[in-house]
Amino acid sequence: MARKLLLEHINVPGINTLEVYRQKGGYRAVEKALKTLTPDEVVEEVKKSGLRGRGGAGFPTGMKWSFLAKPEGVARYLVCNADESEPGTFKDRYLMTHIPHALIEGMIVASFALGAKTSYIYVRGEMMPQIRILEKAIAEAKAAGFLGKNILGTGYDLELYVQPGGGAYICGEETALLESLEGKRGNPRIKPPFPAIAGLYGCPTVVNNVESIAAVVPIINDGGDEYAKIGIGRSTGTKLISASGNLVKPGVYEIELGLPVEEFIYSDEYCGGIANGKRLKATVAGGSSVPILPANLTLKLANGDPRLMSYESLSEGGFATGTMLGSGGFIAYDEDQCIVRNTWNFSRFYHHESCGQCSPCREGTGWLEKILHRLEHGQGKMSDIDLLWDVQRKIEGNTICPLGDAASWPVASAIRHFREEFEWHVKEPIKSQTSNYGLANYAVPIEKEEVKQENL
Amino acid sequence: MSDLVKVTIDGITVEVAPGTSILNAARQIGGDIVPPAMCYYSKLEGSGGKCRTCIVKVSKGSEKDPRPMPKLVASCRTTVMDGMEVQNITSPEVLEARSGVVEILLINHPLDCPVCDQAGECDLQNLGYEHGLQKTRYEFERRTFERVDIGDKIQLHMNRCILCYRCVFTADQITNKRVHGILNRGDHSEISTYIQTAVDNDFSGNVIDVCPVGALTDKTFRFKNRVWFTKPVDAHRNCNHEKCNGKVTLWYKGEDVLRVTARKDQFGEVEEFICNTCRFDKKQTSDWVIEQPTPISDTSVVASNHYETFKPLPVIKEDLALQQANKIELEKSIKF
Repeated sequence: MARKLLLEHINVPGINTLEVYRQKGGYRAVEKALKTLTPDEVVEEVKKSGLRGRGGAGFPTGMKWSFLAKPEGVARYLVCNADESEPGTFKDRYLMTHIPHALIEGMIVASFALGAKTSYIYVRGEMMPQIRILEKAIAEAKAAGFLGKNILGTGYDLELYVQPGGGAYICGEETALLESLEGKRGNPRIKPPFPAIAGLYGCPTVVNNVESIAAVVPIINDGGDEYAKIGIGRSTGTKLISASGNLVKPGVYEIELGLPVEEFIYSDEYCGGIANGKRLKATVAGGSSVPILPANLTLKLANGDPRLMSYESLSEGGFATGTMLGSGGFIAYDEDQCIVRNTWNFSRFYHHESCGQCSPCREGTGWLEKILHRLEHGQGKMSDIDLLWDVQRKIEGNTICPLGDAASWPVASAIRHFREEFEWHVKEPIKSQTSNYGLANYAVPIEKEEVKQENL
Repeated sequence: MSDLVKVTIDGITVEVAPGTSILNAARQIGGDIVPPAMCYYSKLEGSGGKCRTCIVKVSKGSEKDPRPMPKLVASCRTTVMDGMEVQNITSPEVLEARSGVVEILLINHPLDCPVCDQAGECDLQNLGYEHGLQKTRYEFERRTFERVDIGDKIQLHMNRCILCYRCVFTADQITNKRVHGILNRGDHSEISTYIQTAVDNDFSGNVIDVCPVGALTDKTFRFKNRVWFTKPVDAHRNCNHEKCNGKVTLWYKGEDVLRVTARKDQFGEVEEFICNTCRFDKKQTSDWVIEQPTPISDTSVVASNHYETFKPLPVIKEDLALQQANKIELEKSIKF
């Protein structure tokens, strides 16, 4: 069994209550940090641990914390980004539903490290049950003296608030989240200034993902060096993966980074293989925004080595043959799934969720969606495929926030790896409405794929 | 001042104050290298960064850190660093990306220039001429909205809007209270008033001037004339309004003042905002003290009817028959 840090006690009955959580060693990190460490020492531990942001970008958390400006007499804030709304990602919701105290404990330690007296957990509006769970947990923690004035007699004060969002994907972007938290329209801000300099209400702010904050707890308990031993290379620690799609056992799994992708999909400890005895066609490894990969490139790198679940290994080969770990939303597609339909579905999502602030994303996402809709419904033309490529290229990199990139990458990668399937939709407009393109050669051994790559 | 920073744009070096944006540095140089700006407005704080037409390539970050910036940046919101090197029209990458932005801006635009009052002084039209394609690759139905009267003097054509947010910033910063803003999200977002409230205060008319397209138009000028048939004249009056100094441009057709706008600089930006009384109610020559014909850039279509910039083509000078045909214009050109 692999080591579990976050979900170790997930199956203990009543772990969502403070009492049981304390029995299982909860809030040790708060006591250790507040009583024996200075804020700088906590930051140092997190730096040593090599923890990288779990929300998608993978920026080292300790570095982010050390960038926080600390002017005299200005409040600092910690904001937890619980606006999880990436299609395919549901790990934060799972964590908040079952072990809310892990997040709250992490928030207290992280706030202490950053010197924040007020911290917010911005939860997506659709997650009302989780909001209630968190509020109840905060009340419990406050009654037990872990929140409020003079925590554990150390003289450190912290107020923790839960703020429901309006349910917009864009509010998961950190500056849009801050705008929304301030009560404004959730439009991303133009950076610079970065939130570490001027964030919430113009004050220095750190925005972290739920999982990143929860991961601070084991780092403080066991020490940063101990945490850094888990994992591989610069991908340290454990990561929650939300596995979905045509898998025997979809769900949230905690893996040690560096686990081979093949083992994750096929071993009984994790997903248990592809459902109904079918074969794997493609995967999206890190939530809908990351490039989609055919089965052969998912399991093996372009040079034939096994691909691992880690920040580096998944992005090996750049966008030509690689993808990204992203937020860990692992979606598997079996041989009967249509990539064109899936790409259209993702595009529809980004069209709906674009905030409409900057023009390439506002107009371009709608255009992509309409072309893909046409292709999927058998009314496409050959030139549409090149048009899609051209439009996505004009969106990517030209927008204020990463939503434009996130909208273009799935389209670009689908055309890059599954172009024949798009062409089949144009050539066989009637057949494509009733049957699927099938597995084709997307799962053939990697050597052949390599030869094909050179030809391109 | 010794602490000026040096920035090189398309090979032309200029010294500007620290904190200046690339766009404003380029405006100090002037000419063709100034990136077009649809949403940035120097008089409005916080504007810019949205339309992405002003994107440029930073090929050298600064003297200290010479790495180029990884992506194209919005020049209106990127501040210059000492030793920065910027490519605008010398970079094919920038021109391609810009034409992509123009294409994307136009896919849902109705292209109803023939009936649009803004035609002739429309930033989007100019942009389309310079960077746009001859035909569209967009084959779907365009998004449409009903046109709305917001107040008795202003009409909103949401179809034409490019969501630059200028009018929202204007209402926030120039007028006492803002009653309009952006509703909805993505490509169905629209400028709207709070439950059909009229935009009604002393400075509301300025949203017409800041609008880069024909989305907000002057109802008192609606369908009166094409702007290139009118003659702009600078004028002023003693305005009682405390915030308005009454410096305007009158747009004449023959003897009649068809409309009044604020004076605009060479980048199409209002010099000083004017009140609604000056704009909508004073349309007699006797209300005003005329100063001079408004200087108009010779690239503007308004200038084609303008006496100041008429230059006979060389071919006319050589051909007697053509000289005869253009007799009146030639006489004018000698006069001025």
